[in-house]
Formats: sequence, structure tokens, C-alpha cells
Amino acid sequence: MRKVVILGLGHTKFCFNSPKTGVEMLAEASVEAILDSNLNPRDIQSAYIGNVLGTFCEGQATVSQFACDDIGCLNIPAIRYEGACASGSIAVREAFMWVASGFYDVVLVGGVEKATAMGTSLATRTFCMGTDSKYEFGTGLTFPGFFALLTRLYATQYNLPLSRLKEQMALVSVQSHKYGMKNPHGQIKQEISVDEVLKSMPVCTPLNLHDCCPFSDGAAAAVLCSEEAARKISSKKPVYISGIGLATSGKMSSQYKYLPRLRARELAAQQSYQMTGFKPEDVDVCELHDCFSIASFIAAEGLGFFEPGKAGEAWEKGDADIGGKIPINISGGLKAKGHPIGATGVSQLYHITKQLRGEMEENGVQVDGARVGMIDTLGGDGCICNLILTTDGI
Amino acid sequence: MDYKLPFKEYNKALRKNKLLGLKCNDCGSITCPPKMACQECQGLDLEIVELTGQGKLLSFSTHYIAPLGRDNEIPYTVALVELDEGPWLLGNLIDINPRKMDMGLIGQKVTTAGRVFPGDTYSDGPIARPVFSLVE
Ligand SMILES: [Zn+2]
Repeated sequence: MRKVVILGLGHTKFCFNSPKTGVEMLAEASVEAILDSNLNPRDIQSAYIGNVLGTFCEGQATVSQFACDDIGCLNIPAIRYEGACASGSIAVREAFMWVASGFYDVVLVGGVEKATAMGTSLATRTFCMGTDSKYEFGTGLTFPGFFALLTRLYATQYNLPLSRLKEQMALVSVQSHKYGMKNPHGQIKQEISVDEVLKSMPVCTPLNLHDCCPFSDGAAAAVLCSEEAARKISSKKPVYISGIGLATSGKMSSQYKYLPRLRARELAAQQSYQMTGFKPEDVDVCELHDCFSIASFIAAEGLGFFEPGKAGEAWEKGDADIGGKIPINISGGLKAKGHPIGATGVSQLYHITKQLRGEMEENGVQVDGARVGMIDTLGGDGCICNLILTTDGI
Repeated sequence: MDYKLPFKEYNKALRKNKLLGLKCNDCGSITCPPKMACQECQGLDLEIVELTGQGKLLSFSTHYIAPLGRDNEIPYTVALVELDEGPWLLGNLIDINPRKMDMGLIGQKVTTAGRVFPGDTYSDGPIARPVFSLVE
């Protein structure tokens, strides 16, 4: 396999009620990524696009082909990938394979979602489509509900009083909002306190509104290419995709005894650790799937950064902050940066690549000397993808 | 190869308060809700068995937001139960005021019955769902 380089990056603002169409957002992020790569649209050989709800929000399937046509990437294979909220990173993994295999040299990856125009009720309904439609949806289970169930399982499993756990979980949202303020693309620009999280309205007990990420509109994109092509095209310090992992699970009842741990994540992480030879302690910075505050704990533990049941203490000690053991979601995470589901994995890639390029100084959020970064994205009941990015091309 | 217990049949039984599962002829464990393969050993030699519906509450969440068209159900409580026969089952906890629910409920014994969600624009018909009541 060939080494794969992330050449250029693009990112729209994540927001409520974008005035742009999904195709437009994707096109704008894509052109930004292509220009950032010193390329023209006609240099792109193929496109891999994460998108989930275009059909429901705008009556638009296959956003990939319309956006590529709009930006002048004419007639290329431009396919939409769907793995619920992990669609973006799944598209990146797919693109990686095509370049690593030698089939293509220069490809576009992207993701887009326009969800807020649906309103909360329809958006909630469509997100529920990531659960089992026959054996779960009948109960009215939603995704905050899914993670709410995991919250109580977590409290029981690790013998934590729920009140203590909720205070620890609130710290996740507090930290994410702090960094969301510093992200020019971020959706929510407001600091919050532990007290505000704990007193926000209940959504799915024991989760409150501020334990939950928002519905979002936005797009992100990147150009991937072979190492050889990168040398010819750009003098920029390369960032490589060195490890990839992807695993899936079925419905909650089918994951039963393993919960609240998510086996798909642990297997996916093993894949990318194995591919790179890295261990969790080698990772300098991480963007993980904090769709709900408890999800950050389960993810950070599943990726091996903290012992099961100990992530809350880690957040209390600042271990997940800049200067801590493993800075997590310095972009503001899904909670504050926003979570346009098809775009999220690509947005995570954007932020980790910027960290590894050392370009986050201007936002005041650079993790000094970051050379190894990880992204982790979760879709539906159990489609979990991760990537390890490096400056050294392991 | 056909499903031994397809959704339609499981659904029909649950509407009559009968909880069906699958017993694995390779390892003896029970799978419920049904799958094509045993959830323990992935064996394909399964037979239909009727379950007691007895179990203990593992987790629950009262929903104050609902998907489109289901606002009339709010607040409703989704719960995970470990059945005496082993499998975990997702359903709704009923007959108890959500405001009175706390972690003290975890581990309590429950029984299972069936109720029907009539379906919505995106469902292809009614869906029976397990409902759990605390055993006094
Ligand atoms: Zn078996």
C-alpha cells in the first residue's frame, strides 16, 4: 500500500439555518480544499462524500454528483457514503483505500448535512432511523435516549453515584463550549457552567439539553493524494493518514453484555493502532464523537486513553484539556462546533490535520508539538470509524 | 435460508402479550429479539421458544422529546431489561410516574407485555413493543 497524504482542507461555518443548500455547502468546502491543495477541480479523479439526510431535508439524494458537477469536477465517480453520523469518516476511509491501493492519485473527500431546516421533530425522527426500525424505534428510542440508557448502565457498572457522574459529564460540555468560542467555524458561541448544564431542561433522563450536541448545517472537505503526488504538488509539511479502523455492531440488545462499552469502537481502534504500531499514549491530540457528554467518556475509554469508568476523573483533572494527558475535542467537539452528521468525520479530519500542521496557533488552541492525532466517529447503533494521522507517515 | 422467527411472527405474538425468542441448538443460549444467528455463538440451528418475560431492569430513560408525530406520548420511558433467560430486551417502562423514577429502580423485577405503536409515515406498519411493569 502507498502512503496517503492529506493535501488540502476546506470547512464551511457550522450553523443553524444555513441559507445555502446542501450541494452549495459541499461545493464551497470542496473548492476551498482543492485550492488549498494548489490544484484545480479538474485534477480530482474521484470523490467520496458523506451525507445522510439530504433526501429528508431537501429531497436531494446523491449530493455528491451535483456538487462535483457544480465545481467543475466533471463526470468523475462521485459517490455518497452513508453510515449515519460516521458517514464522513467512512468516506475518508474509503478514499484512503483507493489512493493507498494505487488506483487513484488525487481524490476529494467531503461531507455535508443540512438538518436544521427539518425542525427538531422531523430531525429527531430521521436520526432515529439510525436505530433498529423494528426492534427499537417502536419504543420511541431516540439517540439521546440511547446514550441516556448507557449513562445509567455506566453509573451502575462503575459504581458511580449518578449525581457525581452527571457533574463529571457536565465538564465535557463546559470544556467543549470553551473551545467552541475559539473556533471560527463553530456553531455555538457561548460559555456555559456546570450549573447551567445540570439545570438545563431534561431531554432524555438523565441527559439534559446541554449534555446533547445541536442539530447542525455545514460541510467539510479535504483532498487526499499519494505521497509521490504530494511532493510534486505542494511544499507544505505533509500530514499522513497512517491508520484506519472501522467496525460495526447491531442493535442495543444485540450488544447486550458488552454495554456500556462499545465493542465496535474498541475493535476499530485496535485496527488503527495495529496498523501504525502506536499505543493510546502515543496519541497527542484527539477529536472524538461527543454527540452526548457521556459518549465522550465511553469513547475516550474505548480508544484506550483512560481506564473504563475513569474518564470522568480525567476530565476533572484536566487530562482531556490542552496540557493534559490527551487533549480532546479542542475544536469544541460536536457539542459546540456543531454536528452536521455527514460532515462530522471530515471536520474532525480538518481539525486534527490543522493541529498536526501547527496551524491552530492563530486560534489560540494549538497543541504544542502534536505529531500523532486521532479521530473517532460513531454512527447509529454501532458503526464506528477512526483514523490515525501523523506528520511522519508511519 | 429463511429466518426461523421473522419480525412479522415475533410482532404478531407480542401483540398477544406473548414474548418469543430463539433457543440455540448448538450452545443452548437464548436470542431475543430474534436474529438469524445465535447472538452468543452465531450458530444457525435455532428453535422458537416462548419466554417468561420476567427479568430485571438494567436501565431506563424518560423521554421529554419525541420523534415527529409522537409528542402525544411524552413523557415516555424507554427501558432495558435483562430477561431471566439471558437476553436483553428494549421496551417501555409503564405504570409508574416518571417523576418517581430514580436509580433505585435498577435491578427491580419486571414482567413483560406487548403494546402496539401504530407506525408513522416512515414505518411499514404497526410495531409491537415490549412494555415492562414492576413486579410488586
Ligand atoms: Zn448459540
